[in-house]
Amino acid sequence: MADQLPNTPMLDELEKGKWPSFVKEIKTAAASNDMSKDLLGILEKSYSEKIGHWKHGGIVGVLGYGGGVIGRYCDVPKEFPGVSHFHTMRVNMPAAWFYTSDALRTIADIWEKHGSGLTNMHGSTGDIILLGTTTDELEPTFQELAQEGFDIGGSGSDLRTPSCCNGMARCEWACYDTMKACYDLTMHFQDELHRPAFPYKYKFKFAGCPNDCVASIARADMSFIGVWRDEIQIDQEKVKEHIDKGVDIVNDVILRCPGQCMKWDGKKLEIEDEYCRHCMHCINVLNKGLKPGKDRGCMILIGSKAPIVEGAQLSSVLVPFMKMEEPYDELKDLVERIWDIWCEEGKARERVGEFIQRVGLGNFLEAIEVEPLPEMIAHPRENPYVFYEEYYEEGDDDDEEEEEE
Amino acid sequence: MADKLTVDEVADQMYKMVADSQGQKKLKPGDLTKAMKEINGDKVDRKLCKDAIRSLIESGRCVYTYFGGSYIELPHKEGASND
Repeated sequence: MADQLPNTPMLDELEKGKWPSFVKEIKTAAASNDMSKDLLGILEKSYSEKIGHWKHGGIVGVLGYGGGVIGRYCDVPKEFPGVSHFHTMRVNMPAAWFYTSDALRTIADIWEKHGSGLTNMHGSTGDIILLGTTTDELEPTFQELAQEGFDIGGSGSDLRTPSCCNGMARCEWACYDTMKACYDLTMHFQDELHRPAFPYKYKFKFAGCPNDCVASIARADMSFIGVWRDEIQIDQEKVKEHIDKGVDIVNDVILRCPGQCMKWDGKKLEIEDEYCRHCMHCINVLNKGLKPGKDRGCMILIGSKAPIVEGAQLSSVLVPFMKMEEPYDELKDLVERIWDIWCEEGKARERVGEFIQRVGLGNFLEAIEVEPLPEMIAHPRENPYVFYEEYYEEGDDDDEEEEEE
Repeated sequence: MADKLTVDEVADQMYKMVADSQGQKKLKPGDLTKAMKEINGDKVDRKLCKDAIRSLIESGRCVYTYFGGSYIELPHKEGASND
């Protein structure tokens, strides 16, 4: 059992201040756990030497799965034997991160029994991250988690654990049931989640409205953002209440509208919905005065990623509107068409956004059998060397040459 | 249309590929699938290849590894592992 904590003057600095400190939490765990004690030691060593002492990747996992476990070893095992193996497990979180306290205690108990007891709730993927265990403990941990109804999540070149905002569970603006869609697609694509078969990672994120609380537009290869296609619902009385309470409707709402589609004559708010960009700003400011329309579904965007092989990208529109109704067949079919072409033609470590850039949006759309639409581009084309097939037929070149002669 | 190969036949072909390239080139599941299609043409499809990979992994003949991406290799002692 852990006795004296290592001397950690640099880490101690991170305990100062009002905010929560991971150092404080590791020290608490270190009182009863050698793994956490050596974690403090190796972190202090890394901070003072400015060198990372972790080796990452390799062969570790649970039987039958290719994802969900991230192998980690330290390169100074004699000095810090407690963290000689320090593998991470990703556990698939419940949709929108709703737990009972019993469920949380169950996870904590399993992890204290088999690992360091340290968790990260939650990682940037959204998973429950269980930090630090040995190779021998991976399978028993997995089996116990499975008995309690938990499964491990995605990692490596597979479908990463899908995540969603809390949608209709708590939010009046949700344009579709994000939790239901997230759960349904997670269950449908279990094979892709556990058995890496892609050129690189692929992420789904489900946001109920364009506020995009899960930041899907920046973080998911495929974002499903709730949207409406009819008129914004207006309650003029509630709008007036906001104004009576001091909202400056002209400066705070009308002039900030990116579509410039709103008019206020001092008594009545009018919206030209065909110019609405669905940015949600007016709905956010005039809460209850304005609501998303009634004909709701989702917009599908594709391609965002953080910078690794190439620079960061935001997603762009692939399908401007799709009804999100069970069993989501249209959506699943689209996903599989994308995976077919990406798996066939994608290079190793090439995200789907990079793949689209390489082959060109036109070729990609043709391969997945989606018609090009104006919503897919940010602004009219600037490149004059683009030819549309309907205006450019075989033989045109010869005709032009003949005319020149 | 050509008769499809069985899952075991495809798994054996994949296993040989993995074994032959062990220590020289790491193969991704996609590399194996593409190679099977190239060798066997209509006798295999993506679903059959997926089943063959699953059979290789679940039988323990091959394992998934991660080195900046996911690969399929023969089981071996983990190089980075500390005894």
